[in-house]
Amino acid sequence: MTEMQSHTLSILVENHSGVLTRVAALFARRGYNIDSLAVGRTEDPDVSRITIVAYGDDAVIEQVIKQLYKLIEVIKVVDLSKEEHVDRELALIKVGTTSETRADILQIVDIFRAKIVDVGSNTMMIEITGDGEKISAIEKLLRPFGIKELVRTGKVGLSRGPKDIVKEK
Amino acid sequence: MTKNSAEQMSGAKAFIESLKKEGVDTIFGYPGGVLLHIYDEIYKCDLRHILVRHEQAAAHAADGYARATGKTGVCLATSGPGATNLVTGIATAHMDSVPMVAFTGQVSSFLIGNDAFQEANITGITLPITKHNYLVQKAENIPKSIKEAFHIASTGRTGPVLVDITRDATVNEFKFSYPDKVELRSYKPTVKGNIQQIKKAAAMIAAAKKPIIYAGGGVISAGASSELYKLAELINAPVTTTLMGLGAFPMDHPLFIGMPGMHGTKYANFSIQDSDLLIAVGARFDDRVTGKISSFASGAKIIHIDIDPAEISKNVTADLPIVGDAKSILNDLLPVMAEKVTSGKTSDWLKRVNQWKKEYPLAYKDDGSTIKPQFVIETLCEIAPDAIVATEVGQHQMWTAQYFKFKKPRKLITSGGLGTMGYGLPAAMGAKVGCPDQIVFDVAGDGSFQMNSQELATLVANDIPVISVILNNGYLGMVRQWQELFYDCHYSHTDIVDSVDFVKLAEAYGALGLRVEKKSELKEAVQTAIKSGRPTVIDVRIDRGENVFPMVPAGAAINEPIDERKYGGI
Repeated sequence: MTEMQSHTLSILVENHSGVLTRVAALFARRGYNIDSLAVGRTEDPDVSRITIVAYGDDAVIEQVIKQLYKLIEVIKVVDLSKEEHVDRELALIKVGTTSETRADILQIVDIFRAKIVDVGSNTMMIEITGDGEKISAIEKLLRPFGIKELVRTGKVGLSRGPKDIVKEK
Repeated sequence: MTKNSAEQMSGAKAFIESLKKEGVDTIFGYPGGVLLHIYDEIYKCDLRHILVRHEQAAAHAADGYARATGKTGVCLATSGPGATNLVTGIATAHMDSVPMVAFTGQVSSFLIGNDAFQEANITGITLPITKHNYLVQKAENIPKSIKEAFHIASTGRTGPVLVDITRDATVNEFKFSYPDKVELRSYKPTVKGNIQQIKKAAAMIAAAKKPIIYAGGGVISAGASSELYKLAELINAPVTTTLMGLGAFPMDHPLFIGMPGMHGTKYANFSIQDSDLLIAVGARFDDRVTGKISSFASGAKIIHIDIDPAEISKNVTADLPIVGDAKSILNDLLPVMAEKVTSGKTSDWLKRVNQWKKEYPLAYKDDGSTIKPQFVIETLCEIAPDAIVATEVGQHQMWTAQYFKFKKPRKLITSGGLGTMGYGLPAAMGAKVGCPDQIVFDVAGDGSFQMNSQELATLVANDIPVISVILNNGYLGMVRQWQELFYDCHYSHTDIVDSVDFVKLAEAYGALGLRVEKKSELKEAVQTAIKSGRPTVIDVRIDRGENVFPMVPAGAAINEPIDERKYGGI
């Protein structure tokens, strides 16, 4: 048995209502855990891309992929973790500010190349994009200032280079 | 997509026209509020509709029809409770990969989500038990959905598809046209096996000293029985077939070694365990077959031929997988194999297998004082060897699997995967409707039979002469057996003796009721039933304490059966 690790599955599906339910329900009933999930349209309006991060050994992930292919509306599944790829998450963080802390926070934002997207009298909203570790790092640094709210998207990703996953066999 | 007609019609009429285009001749169904438009069209058309007495039976009948004929079965139920009553039948078909299209009515599209009267989210409910399902909310989507549903149900690994149609979609009119072909970019099942893999398989088979063929329901679905037969004779290997595969290979053939697994023959299980090559064809290594998985065929290489890639290495790792249709793959394998095979290579192996066959035969004690259930099955087989035999689920099912010597596919109609009690009678009905010229038995237990006995009314009303043979021991026998063996004889809620007079029950429905209390009465009763041409119930009072043997306890290795002599076995 190979070791348990995190896999980023990129799943192209027909853009029909209920497809996300089918994919999510498959994970639930076969006992596979979803760590994160992101879904949205692609360059083709008839196709959506679901990116799921799941944890398991190679045999489990292989079975997950085979089971996904059994869903009629699944067009293509690629385990991005098996190839060169770029993946990103996005987070919005609302952090409490005072006149004393504002400069420190701005400096952190600057270092992380994050953005201030809203400023209130005693809060600031920060937008950060990056891999999961980067987002966790800024979250850790901002925590002492008082994080009022935080939202993170699931991971999205694409393989590097010229190929696209539909045409590749 | 080309248009082959363009008549203006209602969704309900389009439903009927679409079914005709698919070659449907029979629907098992039950009307209801949202289906009134469809039933009005059924009233006007010449499709055969059989009115069941419970929607569950409609699903089982469509399933039995499909298994007996190989065609896609069709059932129809109204929204809400009608639809939920189909669920057990759909799950049964799903577990056994039976091609079926289940239609349900749905409340009008503008009411969906309002908790309307008789509303149930049946596409949500059946998500995990269908191959695919559709919610159709517009009349003009009816033809395409039906075309796709039949295509998906009957190709690849076959299975049930549900089509839920809203009431307003049946009422609204549109210009009907039926698509010529299906275009689903995301659904293209593999039929032809990879030839390199097939060549490797041939080499592995040629090199094996102790090969064994393990065939399942996939052989029957693919219509690959004659290819399987040729392969077995060519390579001279013993053949074991799963419950779903019984009849895929003639059970009276010298190479046949019975069913494997929990209630399989000892010689099948010993042979599997001792083999050096297991050739799995259309079988899925179910836990009832493998027992303790780590010790299953542990000395054997495994070739796994299956239409469903997800079955490969799901339970047991395959050394050589071949994905595709069993018939196509075996047809490609046979000529390659013929060049490589060495005659006589397996003769020592067959000698050993036959020795086990002699030493541990399938047998039961019979001193003539009671009616042994195994004797009943043997008698049925003797009187009507080519009959279709549907079963319920439990001890009688296993005795049927062991003692009825099926020689052809599509003769045993049984719920293998889900194990659905109450399946047999409506499934037998579907089989008889599909194959009216064949004798059709429902071998039942007294427990199972009571789960759908209302269908006697359907049989009588539609003149469908199914013969139910109840192996009546007054127990929920299989559970009782486990209680005897593993729960210190605590017969918790399994004694149902004399709960109903089955003869009177049959008569109340207008069927023929016969009772058999002595061994000597059995043959005549069965012959009377066949001659009568009527739906018949034969209540056979069997030995109450008889157990199903051999038996491998759940979780044990399949070559470690329990010592049945302690429990009345041989």
